[in-house]
Amino acid sequence: MTIDLTDTTTGAIDHALNEARRRLGGMTLGMVLTLIVVTDEAAQYDAIRAANQAAREHPCRILAVIARKPKADSRLDAEIRVGESSPGETIVLRMYGPLGQHADSVVAPLLVPDVPVVTWWPDEAPEIPARHPLGALAQRRVTDTAAAESPRAMLANLAAGYRPGDTDFGWTRATPWRSLLAATLDQPHPPVTAGEIAAEEGNPAADLIAAWLSLRLSAPVSRTVSAGPGITAAVFTTPEGDIKITRADGRTATLAWPGRTDRMVALHRRDTAELLAEELRRLDPDEVYAETLEHADLSAPAELPRRTNAPA
Amino acid sequence: MDVPNAGTRGPAPANPGVIAAGLDPANPLRDPRDRRIPRVAGPCVMVMFGVTGDLARKKLMPALYDLANRGLLPPGFSLVGFARRDWEHEDFAQVTYEAVKEHARTPFRETVWQQLSEGVRFVPGEFTDDEAFDQLAETVRQLDHERGTGGNYAFYLSIPPKFFSTVVQQLKRSGLSDPGPAGPDGRTPWRRVVIEKPFGRDLATAKELNDVVDAVFPAHSVFRIDHYLGKETVQNILALRFANTLYEPIWNRSYVDHVQITMSEDIGIGGRAGYYDGIGAARDVIQNHLLQLLALTAMEEPVSFDADSLRQEKEKVLSAVRLPADLALGTARGQYAAGWQGGRQVTGFLEEDGIPADSRTETYAAIKLSVDTRRWAGVPFYVRTGKRLTRRMTEIALIFQAAPHLPFAATDTKELGKNALVIRVQPDEGVTLRFGSKVPGSAMEVRDVNMDFAYGESFTEASPEAYERLILDVLIGDPPLFPRQEEVELSWRILDPVEQFWAENTKPEQYASGGAGPASADALMGRDGRAWRRL
Ligand SMILES: NC(=O)c1ccc[n+]([C@@H]2O[C@H](COP(=O)([O-])OP(=O)(O)OC[C@H]3O[C@@H](n4cnc5c(N)ncnc54)[C@H](OP(=O)(O)O)[C@@H]3O)[C@@H](O)[C@H]2O)c1
Repeated sequence: MTIDLTDTTTGAIDHALNEARRRLGGMTLGMVLTLIVVTDEAAQYDAIRAANQAAREHPCRILAVIARKPKADSRLDAEIRVGESSPGETIVLRMYGPLGQHADSVVAPLLVPDVPVVTWWPDEAPEIPARHPLGALAQRRVTDTAAAESPRAMLANLAAGYRPGDTDFGWTRATPWRSLLAATLDQPHPPVTAGEIAAEEGNPAADLIAAWLSLRLSAPVSRTVSAGPGITAAVFTTPEGDIKITRADGRTATLAWPGRTDRMVALHRRDTAELLAEELRRLDPDEVYAETLEHADLSAPAELPRRTNAPA
Repeated sequence: MDVPNAGTRGPAPANPGVIAAGLDPANPLRDPRDRRIPRVAGPCVMVMFGVTGDLARKKLMPALYDLANRGLLPPGFSLVGFARRDWEHEDFAQVTYEAVKEHARTPFRETVWQQLSEGVRFVPGEFTDDEAFDQLAETVRQLDHERGTGGNYAFYLSIPPKFFSTVVQQLKRSGLSDPGPAGPDGRTPWRRVVIEKPFGRDLATAKELNDVVDAVFPAHSVFRIDHYLGKETVQNILALRFANTLYEPIWNRSYVDHVQITMSEDIGIGGRAGYYDGIGAARDVIQNHLLQLLALTAMEEPVSFDADSLRQEKEKVLSAVRLPADLALGTARGQYAAGWQGGRQVTGFLEEDGIPADSRTETYAAIKLSVDTRRWAGVPFYVRTGKRLTRRMTEIALIFQAAPHLPFAATDTKELGKNALVIRVQPDEGVTLRFGSKVPGSAMEVRDVNMDFAYGESFTEASPEAYERLILDVLIGDPPLFPRQEEVELSWRILDPVEQFWAENTKPEQYASGGAGPASADALMGRDGRAWRRL
């Protein structure tokens, strides 16, 4: 059911929610968190859809915050959706005029009591997410550097402004690669003396994986540029030759190990809903991300060693 | 991290499975704090016997695919099928493909299938055929070489238990069961064997069966599947009890009146007459699933969640379980009669194909148990299971004592029952709390209401099938969710006297299909002034 409220207040929204719940028969039970989505009119459809999908795994109240017409008079419009595609509730909050600067005053009364709060910026994110009024309400703040104009610059910002509880989709996208790399080194292997990560330019996941590897392996790991899509290769240099994982098509990787037949590994790129669901799985500070972010070399941006052809 | 990244390292860990669980000094990329990186199985081969069987096609092969799809199988993971079929590798790959397509839980992805199918091999032969097993040994060695599976083999015996002996001896004769010496890197390859219920039909046969496997595989490498223990909610019992302050203080005889553990099915025996006749509901369900649920509910807090501590507590509590003095009054059993279930007309147990008309096998069993410990003295545990009942459900219900004093007029609390905490195991996984609440209005009237928690996970990729979880644990070498032989024997010690009493003294009572079981089960509860929860 969808309820539209124009020029409304949080009190009226709360009332309408209760009413809707009563009519549908006690729907709020079992909500495990509040997810604040900070978005705009153009991007809200995709963001809310992804949030709804993630809510199947983590039943939650979704509060989509959309700032509109900063010059207009202050006004709050709300669209409440309950009992639709996901087990929780979605409230789209459109804030006009100066109210847009005080979104937290609208959001705070609508948080589900007692359960954690997560704030997600699917697109542009503030420099210091924890300082943003909507970030301050949350114990987990999710950004996406890949959506930024200059991902590296934004990653550098995030590193400077890091607070425990911050996390970024660049890091989330790195998970399948990182687990494959870890699984690769579960096998008895010669010592790794150096590494390389090749990816298209502006790929924060690749920057973070390179930083993570060099930190964990205490070895130099270079970040090279390829044509993509996404990350195309990871190489461990060893005295017995290179252990190489290459992925040319964004879906299937090949693991080449000196002296063995090549092996294929499915390594598909995940959609936003899957990334978000991973983020919602654990809400405590991600220490490994913090260390990696701190270690990442984000100072030297443009002049990366360039590869002429796609990595072998 | 100050451990240098070296290719060789010290002695092999005592439990090689821990490697993949994140404590491996040899793999600097693993860090226990890094919770995003999932536990991934180490390099290995799974050799599956009985690949043409029901279980393999409906559960095991789909679970392997789902694991691969979630990125939890290592690169190079290989599956070898063994069966008496004249097949090539491709034929078996095709069989696997169809099983996966039809039964996998996660979406089908061609790329994942390709990854899996690269490692699929088939070896044809009878269990008595030496040559076939030599061929099998050759096949896995080749996989080690080609795919880097490291000499680690898991043998899944998805076959009738009467063949265990032959197969296990063949594995020994062909040298497959012997992990051999540690490799140049200091790691000893592992061997694990997975067996399915039934673990015998009484204490004596359970011991015989164990001896057969034990003769070749050391106890720690034997993984007994009780798929209930792979379920999220069952593991949640431990979280509920030991991660909270709320429940433990009342989890004892001072507050609990009694406990009911139920597994009811709406279906009959289906095509399993050959297996079921002579076994019956108690051996099929109570001996393993329900007594395991009882153990998890009643046990003391383990000092840690490692396999040994957990199993110790389960064994302690199972060894404290007592039967009622008079088995005639403290047990009930029945057979479903023809009738109507869920809107369909169904046949009775005695008319089922393959069941003799005079069969005394029960399809419903209920037993009143007590647990002789300080915590549970005087608190009865009622366990029941049956087929063709009202609906399919499994739950553990703790029913609390009535409040010692009610400061209301008697009429105000007429509709107030006892508080209850219900752990719903299936199908609708979650926890329910039942308590009294005032009915809105000007009169004081108190009535039972439910508070419900259902974690949404059940319909997403993140919530694994029990078999996925268990197969992954086998490949990782993580044993807490697998009952040990001692637990199996303790359970048979509980059940054997009941089976003997039934065999000598009673005939199962007929009960209506689609109902709640035989009248004698209701009478059992009635004598104690209690009633079964509604199905
Ligand atoms: N199905 C379940 O849901 C379930 C649940 C719990 C436990 N289990 C246990 O799991 C195991 C397998 O169950 P299932 O339902 O898959 O059984 P099944 O359908 O009867 O399959 C048995 C398998 O064993 C093979 N087999 C039987 N006799 C053989 C022989 N003489 N030589 C070579 N192969 C032989 C069969 O191969 P052929 O096709 O060549 O006959 C078939 O692949 C059993 O131990 C069962 O008790 C099953």
